[in-house]
Amino acid sequence: MANFIDRRLNPKGKSLANRQRFIRRARGEIKEAVQKSLKDRTVSDFAKDQKISIPTKSTKEPRFRHDPTAGGEHERVLPGNKDFIEGDQIKKPRQGDGQGRGKDAAQGGEFDDDFSFTLSQDEILDIFFEDLELPNLIKTALKEIKVYNWRRAGMTTSGSPNQINLVRTMRNSFGRRLAMRRPKEEDIEVLRQRLTTLKCGATPDSDKREEIAELEEEIARLEHKRKWVPFLDPVDVRFNAFVREPVPTSQAVMFCLMDVSGSMGEREKDLAKRFFMLLHLFLKRRYERLDIVFIRHTHDAQEVDEHTFFYSRQSGGTIVSTALEEMKKIVHERYATGEWNIYAAQASDGYTQTGDASRCVDLLNQELMPMCQYYAYIEILDEREMEVFSSEESGAELWRAYRTVARDWKNFATKRIAKPQDIFPVFRELFAKEGTEAKG
Amino acid sequence: MSELLFSGGEWDFALLKRVFAAIEDVGLNDLKLDVYPSQIEIIASEQMLDAYSAHGMPLMYHHWSFGKIFAREETMYSKGWSGLAYEIVINSNPCIAYLMEENTMTMQALVMAHACFGHNHFFKNNYLFRQWTNAEAILDYLAFSKKYVAACEEKYGAEAVEQVLDSAHALMEQGVFRYRRPPRPSRAQREERLRKRQQYEEESFNDLWRTLPGTARDMSADLAAVDEDEVVGPQAPMNLPEENLIYFLEKHSPVLKNWQRELLRIVRNVAQYFYPQMQTKVMNEGCATFVHHYIMNALYDRGQISEGSILEFLHSHSSVVMQPGFDDSRYYGINPYALGFAMMSDIKRMSEDPTPEDREWFPDVAGKGNWREVLKHAWANYRDESFIQQFLSPKVMRDLKLFAVRDKTEDPVYTVAAIHNEPGYRKLRTSLARLYDLSTHQPDVQVVGANLAGDRTLTLRHNRHRGIPLAQNTKDAVLKHIRRLWGYNVVLEEPEA
Repeated sequence: MANFIDRRLNPKGKSLANRQRFIRRARGEIKEAVQKSLKDRTVSDFAKDQKISIPTKSTKEPRFRHDPTAGGEHERVLPGNKDFIEGDQIKKPRQGDGQGRGKDAAQGGEFDDDFSFTLSQDEILDIFFEDLELPNLIKTALKEIKVYNWRRAGMTTSGSPNQINLVRTMRNSFGRRLAMRRPKEEDIEVLRQRLTTLKCGATPDSDKREEIAELEEEIARLEHKRKWVPFLDPVDVRFNAFVREPVPTSQAVMFCLMDVSGSMGEREKDLAKRFFMLLHLFLKRRYERLDIVFIRHTHDAQEVDEHTFFYSRQSGGTIVSTALEEMKKIVHERYATGEWNIYAAQASDGYTQTGDASRCVDLLNQELMPMCQYYAYIEILDEREMEVFSSEESGAELWRAYRTVARDWKNFATKRIAKPQDIFPVFRELFAKEGTEAKG
Repeated sequence: MSELLFSGGEWDFALLKRVFAAIEDVGLNDLKLDVYPSQIEIIASEQMLDAYSAHGMPLMYHHWSFGKIFAREETMYSKGWSGLAYEIVINSNPCIAYLMEENTMTMQALVMAHACFGHNHFFKNNYLFRQWTNAEAILDYLAFSKKYVAACEEKYGAEAVEQVLDSAHALMEQGVFRYRRPPRPSRAQREERLRKRQQYEEESFNDLWRTLPGTARDMSADLAAVDEDEVVGPQAPMNLPEENLIYFLEKHSPVLKNWQRELLRIVRNVAQYFYPQMQTKVMNEGCATFVHHYIMNALYDRGQISEGSILEFLHSHSSVVMQPGFDDSRYYGINPYALGFAMMSDIKRMSEDPTPEDREWFPDVAGKGNWREVLKHAWANYRDESFIQQFLSPKVMRDLKLFAVRDKTEDPVYTVAAIHNEPGYRKLRTSLARLYDLSTHQPDVQVVGANLAGDRTLTLRHNRHRGIPLAQNTKDAVLKHIRRLWGYNVVLEEPEA
């Protein structure tokens, strides 16, 4: 007879330890693959579970293997003969073609191709933020619009009657009555009855009269005590207390502004996209609901969907202020500042029509900055320009103009990026700026 | 005619028990199988994935390579590219079989017949398993090894442990004794080992076990399976040539510490435990498939399962024993289930309904009606190679349309060496049997010399089988691992011969 055991309720995930070991082992390659996959993924679904393929380099498990192509003679037996007869000759495929073909019945095949598996969201974020020292980022305080919520905060001795906490109040009262030895009603009643029987009994003799006097005195004393040790004293009363507590707004909107004129090439857009992704992830971790608005502009700005934003081109001049106008319009239409945290990130190569920069500054100073939680401007340069503009002070017109905004607004930041490697440090710097001092 | 055991796909534990009893009746009283008691565990698919990734064992030490298998299987399964096995069965006493909760009742019946009677009988009776594995002690040993590896990781760091295990895993195929039992430990050594083992037992003592019947075991019986040479390092006598590379390194490496030697021993014991399974894939699966096929049909004949069930069973069974032709895109070598089942069914056919050809080829079987005895004798005393050599009948070769192709590296063409016809049968049979001989397709690499007095160079030799050399890329990688374990230079000879 068999012994049946239901193991379905046993803990699952026995392989977790092995999986972690595997990921640690292949860390380098997984990281590379995750970085590479950034390119193909949209901003908003970047951090979902995803399948990645890594080269088998560091996770190879070598074994001694025969190599029949390199020499010797071997025979194999195959099923499903159709028209071969003994002595038939079959031309070998040319060198190289034959490898990887048909695996022998008993020969375990070696997997030379990439190894594919699925990484969970947490694993991806771990890898992604590994360099970013996310804990430091989270610690930095971002300015947030406060929405208040009532939260229980224990008991108080004062409050409105509808908040009386009966249980606590009665407990206090009971304790106090015990401690002060408040006479009980029943005890007095016993004495009263005794008094009544004595009074109604036979003619009182001196003993009885004495007792009656004692009893009357006792009853009077007790009743007096009951008066000054009340059943419910104001000191007993407790009220439920609530405090108003600021909670971070649970919804945010992120504006991505980008110059898409001819001067922004693939490289520039890729850099911008990576930056937007980071910002998106970062905000995603803090807000329950996150909207993204993409605004692209040339000499004219419009709101577009993500694909158009990153992949379609448009010709025309470059007027940055149109994008700011568009953003202002959308904020007024859809995102009233009381309920929404507004973040904006603008990517540009720094060119704009002459004279437009001052308009941008005005728009920012007067309209946008008062509404925004944070505004990050990143300028994407090529590496040659990066050397030319080594100082923060020098730069194109837009850059110089934005520097003046940055001086007035603490939540406005400007940075320059030339290589993908710059993005992480720049991102960190941007978000470490407020609050605690930036580290490393 | 008895009543139907079940009608729908749903199952519960009471029903499983009833069906098991019916299966047991056929298995023990009709087929006269001899099995370990069964322990059937119902698990969810995720747990099946867990079990998959650690050689199908319920306990295993931690290593990243198991995580790698898990990651791949999980992806394959979640994307729907591959299903999970219906069952996993473990060669232990009691014989543990995992059943997936998703299976229908018919599938559960199939799986119970397959695992708890087919595989179980094979594990208990086949000479390789009887001689080389210790079904009583394997789970205890794995528990010990898991704990030991974890303790080493804690003490010496996960990385140091991982390095040793990586290197040992690379040598797993060369880490088994193929031709002899490992040397028996001396009395004193055995006692020392017993002491260590008892220490472990005491630490993990649980009084509950005492209350279970039949668990009291003579510890020294376990130890008979575990070899021990206390003298390790340079002083130990080397019996060269040595086929078991892990054993050699464990005993003679000048650089390994004791805990590293113990890790090598663990890997070696695991490899040795699985070695019989690798030599009996066709027979083991054939036996299990034959048994489940017989039992399910017997239940149907007795009226215990419905027509719907038997059709569901046949659908599943036929996809298990399907053998695509060599030019089919699904072809992935010869299907051990197909070959084993075909051969065993053919033995039954010959014994009951022979043709003149059968009488000529298998005079002891044809028409004798003794297929039960013949099969049980075969299951007990053969492995794949010898079983094919002995029992592959011309009819099976014709049915599968087998043909042999010879491949000489210097020839520009492959030559068809034999096909399924009168002059070809014997040649074909020998060729196929040879393919299942592990010694011909697992590279035979042995230790032939260790220059301990001089520069401590370790010399290995690859004995080429029919002149086939080792693949260069993996050879270098494996040698690197051997170098790590040996600590000094390692050379590999590959004489042309």
